[in-house]
Amino acid sequence: MAEIQIKNVAKSFGAYQALNNINLTIADQEFMVLLGASGCGKSTLLRIIAGLETATSGEVWIGGKRIDHLSPKDRGIAMVFQNYAVFPHLTVFENIGFGLRMQKRPNDEVKRRVERVAGLMHIEMLLKRYSGELSGGQRQRVAVARALAMEPDVILMDEPLSNLDALLRMEMRAELKGVLAESKTTAIYVTHDQVEAMSMADRISVMHQGNIVQAASPIEVYRNPSARFVASFIGNPPMNFLPATPAGAGKWQVAGQTLDGPKADKPGLHFAIRPEDMQQAESGLVATAKIVEPLGAHLLVTCQIDEALFRVILDSDTVVKPGQTLTLAPQADRVRWFDPDTTLAVA
Amino acid sequence: MTDATVLDVSQDTRKSGRFLYVASVVFLCAWVIVPIYLLLINTLSSPEAVNSFPKSFIPEFDFGSLQFFAGFAGMLTALKNSVIVALMTMVMSIAIGAPAGYALSRFDFRGKELFRLLILLARAFPLPLLALPLAVMFIQTGLDDTAFGLALVHTTLAIPFAVLITFSLFSGIPIELEEAAWTLGCTRLTAFTKVVLPLILPGITASAIFAFVISWNEVFAAAVLTIENRTLTAFLLQNLDTSPLHLKFAGGFILVVPALIFIFAVRKYLFAMWGIANR
Ligand SMILES: Nc1ncnc2c1ncn2[C@@H]1O[C@H](COP(=O)(O)OP(=O)(O)OP(=O)(O)O)[C@@H](O)[C@H]1O
Ligand SMILES: [Mg+2]
Repeated sequence: MAEIQIKNVAKSFGAYQALNNINLTIADQEFMVLLGASGCGKSTLLRIIAGLETATSGEVWIGGKRIDHLSPKDRGIAMVFQNYAVFPHLTVFENIGFGLRMQKRPNDEVKRRVERVAGLMHIEMLLKRYSGELSGGQRQRVAVARALAMEPDVILMDEPLSNLDALLRMEMRAELKGVLAESKTTAIYVTHDQVEAMSMADRISVMHQGNIVQAASPIEVYRNPSARFVASFIGNPPMNFLPATPAGAGKWQVAGQTLDGPKADKPGLHFAIRPEDMQQAESGLVATAKIVEPLGAHLLVTCQIDEALFRVILDSDTVVKPGQTLTLAPQADRVRWFDPDTTLAVA
Repeated sequence: MTDATVLDVSQDTRKSGRFLYVASVVFLCAWVIVPIYLLLINTLSSPEAVNSFPKSFIPEFDFGSLQFFAGFAGMLTALKNSVIVALMTMVMSIAIGAPAGYALSRFDFRGKELFRLLILLARAFPLPLLALPLAVMFIQTGLDDTAFGLALVHTTLAIPFAVLITFSLFSGIPIELEEAAWTLGCTRLTAFTKVVLPLILPGITASAIFAFVISWNEVFAAAVLTIENRTLTAFLLQNLDTSPLHLKFAGGFILVVPALIFIFAVRKYLFAMWGIANR
């Protein structure tokens, strides 16, 4: 059992507050992805869990034990670094077996375990090489194998795929997910790539300026963003927003149209909808097409509604010309509302 | 037509530029090599040939001068002293300099920049100013005329280089390698011995050799602080006016050659210290 609990963790570098009061529980064997823009504190949080950084305040628990005072080697974690950190003076075999050697395991056990994880990561034929003789992708595999060989309770990965090319990244993504599911370890995976996050995660924690804004399943984060930041960070292109003014109980006026909405007592809300949740219809929001981009699978149209830019994804057979007026109907159950003051979602 | 002239002119300037370049290279090489070559010839000539005129530019491979050098009273002891002091300097400057270099590259602490500056300033302080008070202090503490006392002074001279070289070595090793070792079951110490040390060992050796050379070549402190236990440089200096020409040549040769070989062997790391990329 390796449930991770992060309780009220804060971290400041001098006057700069990198993490504000983080609370997060990660279930045993869960694959948690920390997602956020550069500089939001993902690595800092991961390194605090690993023991490479000390939190200014707060507690970290793994498997029901408080571990924030322990040194990294005593936490039952293994880590995969962004630049791989494969030891250049050791062969691949000795790299993978490094942790086991530190635990003074007998030779035959080291050999057995190294060969097993090397097989999992498909690097059996590289065991005699040095890291200078490996490609980036192969080094990455060695780094993961080295972490897996420890059979840790928790595996921590900081943007492990970000140095690989797009194709290899896609391949490794699927492979890594499979291997980790099989190894039954709890995993925390840091990335700023939302596709990676969506495709691998059991749950995503979206981080912003040292806070966790939302921690939920990928589909939940995508469909029901808890705050406007999440809505505009996740999805490519992101959600569209339009200002809405009250028009009676549960009715809101959006770009000249009256729509059903929350029964909130607010002077105004933001109406939000994903680009693919709009269809051309008889009645709806009136938009002027500005840019038309045929992307093969579908048609991306950037249009203007009042003063705001608004993107829709239409079927690739649709014929739209720039300047043309479109009437777009939002799919009612996909419409979301946000409070402009708190930026939080309003039900 | 015009094209051709333009080409000619540019070729002309390029040619003269090239000539200038080659000439400077030859001049600079000659500047360094000719004296060493003369030293070599005269060392490998018989004492008679050294003192006669005109001189041959081809060495005779006569070991008379070197034999005379080895037989000169006190010379071998001086040579031994030089080696002992240089070895002590080497050990002490690495033992003190390497941890300082590690701290500079790995830890953030207040006054770090000032510390780096002070290290260099230690070299800017002229030794002659220090020599007298040092000599007095050494006599008071009984360190005068000992190999250890002299090694202490040489260590202070060598430390700035030891710190700067090891600093650049440690900085060249990504901290992630150490962090990875920590997560794989190492303490700070075992991560250092199992990961960092193997990687910087060649560089450490180089900086040790450099410390050796600094001590080997140093004459001022050696002459002031020792009387009986003179190092080779101090001994030669002491006998400068009384010793025959071939002894001076042989002595000079014995001093220059190890230094040259060593510096050549570690040149890569000296460039690293000065932040010049090398091939
Ligand atoms: N040692 C440090 N000293 C001072 N500030 C730091 C230090 N480490 C991180 N920071 C700051 O803390 C903030 C969060 O850094 P962190 O490395 O966690 O970001 P990140 O989310 O991992 O970003 P990226 O995606 O670029 O890796 C950044 O603004 C960074 O400048
Ligand atoms: Mg990071």
